[in-house]
Amino acid sequence: MSAESAGDAPSHEPAASHRPRGGWFLAGVKAAVGVPGLVLFASTVGFGGFAREAGLPLGLTLLMTGGIWALPSQIVLTGSIAAGSSLAAAFVAVSLSAVRLMPMTAAIMPMLRGPKTSRLRLLVLSHFVAVTAWVLAMTRLQSLPREGRAAWFAGLGLALAAASVAATGLGYWGAGELPPVLSGALVFMTPVYFLVSMSGAARSLTERLALAIGLVLTPLVGLFDTATDLLWGGLVGGTLAFLIGRVVGRAR
Amino acid sequence: MTPTFASDLGPLWPYLFIFIAGFLATEMWRWIGVLVGARLDEASPVLGWVRAVATALVAGVIAKMLLAPGGSLATTPAALRVVAAGAGLVAYLVFGRRLFVGVAAAEAVLIAGWLALDP
Repeated sequence: MSAESAGDAPSHEPAASHRPRGGWFLAGVKAAVGVPGLVLFASTVGFGGFAREAGLPLGLTLLMTGGIWALPSQIVLTGSIAAGSSLAAAFVAVSLSAVRLMPMTAAIMPMLRGPKTSRLRLLVLSHFVAVTAWVLAMTRLQSLPREGRAAWFAGLGLALAAASVAATGLGYWGAGELPPVLSGALVFMTPVYFLVSMSGAARSLTERLALAIGLVLTPLVGLFDTATDLLWGGLVGGTLAFLIGRVVGRAR
Repeated sequence: MTPTFASDLGPLWPYLFIFIAGFLATEMWRWIGVLVGARLDEASPVLGWVRAVATALVAGVIAKMLLAPGGSLATTPAALRVVAAGAGLVAYLVFGRRLFVGVAAAEAVLIAGWLALDP
């Protein structure tokens, strides 16, 4: 990983190395191998077991991982189904859990698009926006030449998705076989990985503040309303961090 | 009242249910994000704000996963989970910013604490 700032400064682009698109795709696949892929694999194993306990058939469970591709939303939907929610109620609950995908996608697009990347290609690529791929992309995209970024992200997203679908199947099949401490440790891996990698990725004051305020504010709002706590924590926390970052930046 | 997942509306109904309440409910936000992001310049302050909100939202997801987990993890005290996660973060920062070190340290503290509390 380069030490390049992921902050507000415009990126300087390194001299383009003329790798073919397939080469960038493979480089993206490679970026998925290692700790990020392993952690996602472990946490998705947990989801497989959870969906089986909720009574979902295997095929649908696999489709949920590949089609929704956002673990918190998958858990919300599975919970809604288990609770016998209506279609409308499930739709609203899942939508609320997924609003964060909008700013996440919007934030990554200006970095992701190359000079010739079509809108359709970006719409398809946006499916791979989820926390793991997002954090990796936010830290690494700026060190890649523009023309390779979309292919790199496609490789990363597809590799992570393929591993996760396999992990879901494994978890579904092996649910109940794991001792509780081990299955709990697997579930714990996701928030820890997110916390550590986000802290590593946050280099500007604004991003660090956004991380810290979001961590504290969301559970506080959650004491009053667990349906919209994410939204308020994110919107208020992010705005506050942005404003403080602006004021401090100007004072310097 | 709209039908539920268990409603008997034919063999394709469960798939349609997942498509609407799962795929569409999440994918629409990504598509809106693409449209919004297309108007943002990489150096614009609006992008800085969007990025801050996205970061705070993800931080909120992390906090919820730590404080209100599912499955067997829910049987551990919240304080243990918070301390273990904090230990992972400290280990990451102190020992050369390596993800593996951070995750491994947090897991070690969690499992040790869990076994100590509930032998």
